[in-house]
Amino acid sequence: MEKEQYQQLEQNVTPKPPYFKNVAKAFLVGGLICTIGQAVSLFYIIFFDFTEATAGNPTVATMVFFAMILTGFGLYKKIGQFAGAGSAVPVTGFGNAVISAAIEHRSEGLVLGVGGNLFKLAGSVVLFGVVSAFFVALIKFILVTIGVVSW
Amino acid sequence: MAMTFVFAFFVGGIICAIGQLLMDYGKLTPGHTLSTLVVAGAILDGMGLYEPLINFAGAGATVPITSFGNSLTHGALAEAERHGLVGVLTGMFEVTSSGISAAVVFGFIGALIFKPKGNVD
Amino acid sequence: MVIVFQSKPSLIAGGVVAGPLEKRSIFSQYFDANYDDERWQMKTNEQGHRKMVEEACEFAMKKAGVKKTDIDYFMGGDLVNQMTPTNFAARDLDIPFIGLFSACATSISSIIVASLLTEVGASNFALAGASSQHNAVERQFRYPINYGSQKPQTAQWTVTAAGYALIGKHHEEYPSIEAATVGKSVDYGMDDPFHMGAAMAPAAFQTIQSHLAQRNQKIYHYDLILTGDLGQLGLKLLKGMFVESGIKSEELTPLRDAGAEFYGQDETFQSGASGAGCSAAVFLSYVIQQMRAGTFKRVLLVATGALLSPLTFQQGETIPCTAHAIEITMK
Repeated sequence: MEKEQYQQLEQNVTPKPPYFKNVAKAFLVGGLICTIGQAVSLFYIIFFDFTEATAGNPTVATMVFFAMILTGFGLYKKIGQFAGAGSAVPVTGFGNAVISAAIEHRSEGLVLGVGGNLFKLAGSVVLFGVVSAFFVALIKFILVTIGVVSW
Repeated sequence: MAMTFVFAFFVGGIICAIGQLLMDYGKLTPGHTLSTLVVAGAILDGMGLYEPLINFAGAGATVPITSFGNSLTHGALAEAERHGLVGVLTGMFEVTSSGISAAVVFGFIGALIFKPKGNVD
Repeated sequence: MVIVFQSKPSLIAGGVVAGPLEKRSIFSQYFDANYDDERWQMKTNEQGHRKMVEEACEFAMKKAGVKKTDIDYFMGGDLVNQMTPTNFAARDLDIPFIGLFSACATSISSIIVASLLTEVGASNFALAGASSQHNAVERQFRYPINYGSQKPQTAQWTVTAAGYALIGKHHEEYPSIEAATVGKSVDYGMDDPFHMGAAMAPAAFQTIQSHLAQRNQKIYHYDLILTGDLGQLGLKLLKGMFVESGIKSEELTPLRDAGAEFYGQDETFQSGASGAGCSAAVFLSYVIQQMRAGTFKRVLLVATGALLSPLTFQQGETIPCTAHAIEITMK
């Protein structure tokens, strides 16, 4: 059988991802995680000295803490299998990527294992976040300097 | 106040749904998907669009990973306004440290107390 | 070129041990032991993996009533970098050893080499097999165990199991190894590491076809042609290839796949089981026991392996695959 012929057969046999179901599940779980985040935010605003603008930081940290508990007990991967991007895209997913790598590499020690592999999945998010922020800010700086836009 | 919860749910859900489309239709790995969303967050903030989204949807905009790109850019822009070109580099982590620092600290603690288990149940 | 063994070496015994999740396998009743601790009471997954290999070998030796000192050769491999679990098990077994890597096809490539050593008279008893440990393999090929990624329906679940066979000189009461076909490395341009069955099916097809052609056999000469770990979709593709080559689908009933059947119809495992331990465990427990019970007279075991690494995937390479086959008969 020729390669092209086989690839045709493979296309016919392989089931397509259930697009609608997957998007719906991602939407629901992602929305739910953000709603929980909103509740945490409200908690910090009411009981601590945070404003709506500053509550984002403690909220994010708290969500990552939840991610640690769920990751440690092996529940985050189950949520992930169900929700896909719904649990990967919120900051809890970033936490899960860092924490799961840390737990995984504990057997190689804290320095070489945990330290060396902490960002092996989440590193790309840090890389592209920082680099894109740099270029966006640089472009805006240039545009402001030549007077096209203002701060 | 109650409406913010509804908006948080919808905006957060939509950002995640976009991520799912990138994975399923775009055939991107989770790493590629998250990187794309972070870049999108940075660009939206450069155009001044992310801050209004946070005011509208609260955690619906701050919890998804797009907010990471937004806050990095936000810090860089704020410092650039004050200190010029140097600020672009120095300001970046001013706003956004909590997500990374929390992940690092909890990652370390997690590594000390948990073991990886392969069982599905 | 098919290898025909004139001396018909015997598959004297098989030792199979598996992990806790593998209790759910429809084959688990045939295994020698299922352990509740996936690390075998060891500190790391890799150490548990090593222990599993040793215990599978012990079971094979115990069943045949032979001691470590009676064994002339130890052939085996696994999927961990540089095959340290098997290499380290060899250190403790203290038997002359060659590590073999054919990914998930290692169970059969090991048995082929052991049979050749027996055929030339260099070996009275040899241990041959393969193993995989879910945690140790997943962390290397894919993501950390606790990372929440969504696996597609095409994905397969790496089995925690070790299967080792004791190969010896011909005895009528045991299944005989009549012939073997060593597979080529076949690449049909598949590049999805979460769809291994599609990558491996062409390799299995080529090996089976070449074996049958050179042995002048048809599929109906076999009671069972069992592939290693194509999974449900891979098996469908393999059957599809046979149908397109002009064989009627009702003639394909002897064609089965260990990975597709391993966990039954449980959707948690998507397309089925995979891993070097999957084929090793099923071949060396279920198949041998059924042959000795008289259910199967002539069997073709076809272990399939995807020869990729995370590096080649990240560099955008397609996935070459292989399949090795042995033909076993029982009087």
